[in-house]
Amino acid sequence: MPSPRYTREIPQRFRLEAVKCDKDGKIYFPPRTGCISGKCKKFTPIKLKEEGSVLTYTVIHVAPTQFEAQTPYIVGIVELDDKVSITCQIVDCSPDEVEIGKRVRVVFRKIQEEGDHGIICYGYKCVLIR
Amino acid sequence: MVGIVGYGTYVPTYRIKVEEIALQWGDDPESIKKGLLLKEKTVPGPDEDTITISVQASKYALQRAEIDPKDIGSVYVGSESHPYAVKPSGTVVADALGIGPEVHVADFEFACKAGSEAMYAAYSHVKSKNMPYALAVGADTSQGAPDDALEYTAAAGGTAFIMGDNGKTIADILVTYSYTSDTADFWRREHQFYPQHTGRFTGEPAYFRHVLATARETLRRGNVAPEEIAYAIFHMPNGKFPLRVGKMMGFTMEQLEPGWVVPRMGNTYSGSSLTGLAATLDIAKPGDKILMVSFGSGAASDGFILSVNERINEVRRKAPTFEEMIESNKIYLNYGQYAKFRKKIIMNS
Amino acid sequence: MRDVAIIGVGMTKFGELWDLSFRDLFVKAALEAISNSHIDHIDSMYIGAMSSGLFVGQEHVGSLMADHLGATPIPATRVESACASGGVAFRQAFIEVASSLSDFVLAGGVEKMNDGADTTYALATAADQEYEVYHGITFPGLYAMIARAHAHKYGTTREQMAQVAVKNHDNGSKNPMAQFPMKITIDTVLNSSKVADPLRLFDCSPVTDGAAAVILCPAEIAKQFTDQPVQIIGSGQASDTIALHSRADLTKLEAVSRSAESAYKMAGVGPEDIDLAEVHDCFTIAEICAIEALGFVPFGEGGKAIEQNITTLNGKIPVNTSGGLKSKGHPVGATGVAQIIEVFEQLRGSCGERQVKEARIGLAQNMGGSGGSSTVHILKAI
Repeated sequence: MPSPRYTREIPQRFRLEAVKCDKDGKIYFPPRTGCISGKCKKFTPIKLKEEGSVLTYTVIHVAPTQFEAQTPYIVGIVELDDKVSITCQIVDCSPDEVEIGKRVRVVFRKIQEEGDHGIICYGYKCVLIR
Repeated sequence: MVGIVGYGTYVPTYRIKVEEIALQWGDDPESIKKGLLLKEKTVPGPDEDTITISVQASKYALQRAEIDPKDIGSVYVGSESHPYAVKPSGTVVADALGIGPEVHVADFEFACKAGSEAMYAAYSHVKSKNMPYALAVGADTSQGAPDDALEYTAAAGGTAFIMGDNGKTIADILVTYSYTSDTADFWRREHQFYPQHTGRFTGEPAYFRHVLATARETLRRGNVAPEEIAYAIFHMPNGKFPLRVGKMMGFTMEQLEPGWVVPRMGNTYSGSSLTGLAATLDIAKPGDKILMVSFGSGAASDGFILSVNERINEVRRKAPTFEEMIESNKIYLNYGQYAKFRKKIIMNS
Repeated sequence: MRDVAIIGVGMTKFGELWDLSFRDLFVKAALEAISNSHIDHIDSMYIGAMSSGLFVGQEHVGSLMADHLGATPIPATRVESACASGGVAFRQAFIEVASSLSDFVLAGGVEKMNDGADTTYALATAADQEYEVYHGITFPGLYAMIARAHAHKYGTTREQMAQVAVKNHDNGSKNPMAQFPMKITIDTVLNSSKVADPLRLFDCSPVTDGAAAVILCPAEIAKQFTDQPVQIIGSGQASDTIALHSRADLTKLEAVSRSAESAYKMAGVGPEDIDLAEVHDCFTIAEICAIEALGFVPFGEGGKAIEQNITTLNGKIPVNTSGGLKSKGHPVGATGVAQIIEVFEQLRGSCGERQVKEARIGLAQNMGGSGGSSTVHILKAI
């Protein structure tokens, strides 16, 4: 991934920074600066909760080139405890251990690398809370 | 007094047993386990490196320190396996933890001593009142060449300490001391994948000379005898060396055991003695004095004497202990999986 | 707004077409459509193409195709809405004729997927690059997550999903244009290799080269060009969140429901009036979710409907008589237009072995991404 694109998203990828609408309390991740839905005018920065539950998941066996060395790997949709859902890998466990509803915690991991020469891209993944 | 206000260790989930490596190379596992006093080692997950380990350990240190990350004035990451040859690990750690941008960041390298180096520098900053807090990390995902004795020990893990002087230290630092000479016992040249070592030359002239000199002088400067020390930690390249040094210094197994983390973990290089210290803090009582001596090939040792405070009992449970991490959620790898994880297989790029 | 009809269609066979280039495919389908329409010119054209830049390194598709069709200097516009590119191109052509801006407009779609690109990567660009794809998700993976959520919520079974593929291959076996016209069994699906658990290879539509084109003109003059024009009586398009994780209900394709509502309203018909439908079965679970969102069956009963043969050729509402994306093939940008062609042929009674009896009103639903965009068109024989 090109460095400018990667670097721009660091507050979200490293620290789960989001915004909360001052009017209706809805949380946007990634943050929005404006919205024409009519309700949101002002947003307050917040950090998302680092625990949540698995809403659904899959085990990827056929991956894009970038992720081929990682197969099979688990990707899930996790609803964090502030009701915001994220897509991320679920690691350090076997696919048999993952179930819808299981509790998970956010960890900081390497997500992808641009081969042996490019940048290393980090971000959030989840592990099961045991 | 200046001391540790927060500490945290991270132990990866994956493990490989001595038997599994020995089977690969036709070695006798029993004689290796006996020779190295080690039964298994940690392996970083395919998505783990010195940076992710440092972040996780530092996060736990912050949980125990209960301070605003923005008050941390420096981030020092010591490792011999920084993921980049050029580009710091510390910047990722700082950004991941919400430290900075007003922060001094540097990566340290000194074989297995880089972590204690970071501690030394962080401690000195706070002591000289340059900053209220400083973060020091020792972490590694070191590689031993296939079929080299090092392959049985080179492990992954790391520990972070936050130094401060806020009246809420977990342990005060009473003495620091360093002993250094140019001794090429172990090295890795630029662009080389695996390190080289000099076999038995790594013992007496390197490890034992530096560790013993440091331990003796550190105790002398602190004016304490070995029997006044509750626990002692010596760098753990294998199970045997730290026990032998401990014995030579007059320490008992009871004094050494809590910090002797290597049999179940392997040598985490820059993280080794720091993790021993963290595991010791996990069980230490207020008033205990702890001696820690690191060792880095090249070669040098850093010595510290710490005195544990009441606050240890308040913060211990605020993050996972070493024992919890080393014993929970272990996933054992076979050699093939290990070789894939550690990129020991030539792939078609 | 005036009424609009389709007067002629053309498409290439779908498959691995090693001898035909990106431009060859489109030109072949377009020439056939123009020839079948008995017209001597077109006023404008729209080309659905999802990712020609990644598949063959070619953008500026409008100009390329107008040039090689010999159609310059007419306006030629490439349309992209991921896998719904063809459906959206068709809708744009419909709007242009309906608005009286042009009389003869070609709506086409094309994709050349077998020229050596990383197709898994290219297709994944239809998801949120920064917040889904970054983490290693793939398209089969997104639908696998929908499938697991659907199974969890409604008890939809692996066998029911597999039955979608069995049915569509059965239909496809009667379609000479299909890429994989062989019949399969539930075991074929359940024993095929894992792609993204719980989905396996035979749950997934294939990687396909192909193109499709149709000619639209005002309905009032359509009979001058063909005895059997087909009128577009409803057109709907809707969008939804690009990221699957942003949806309130992971099992519901909201954009499909919304685009269907618009199309039904314009056509003045309801789901019960539809005689056959081509729906976007990029994965078996997608057809189950689509027939629910289109209102053919209640939410949660898509799996059961498949099992009860409601959607087979002789069922109450035949779905994907062409073989669907699953058997006919899925050249992404061409799919939406090829679906229109199947409905057109069915309404004209020219589908041979797979002809649905007394087909009067047909529906085509084309979807982009994991449901981030959808078009629904309702056609009627006139």
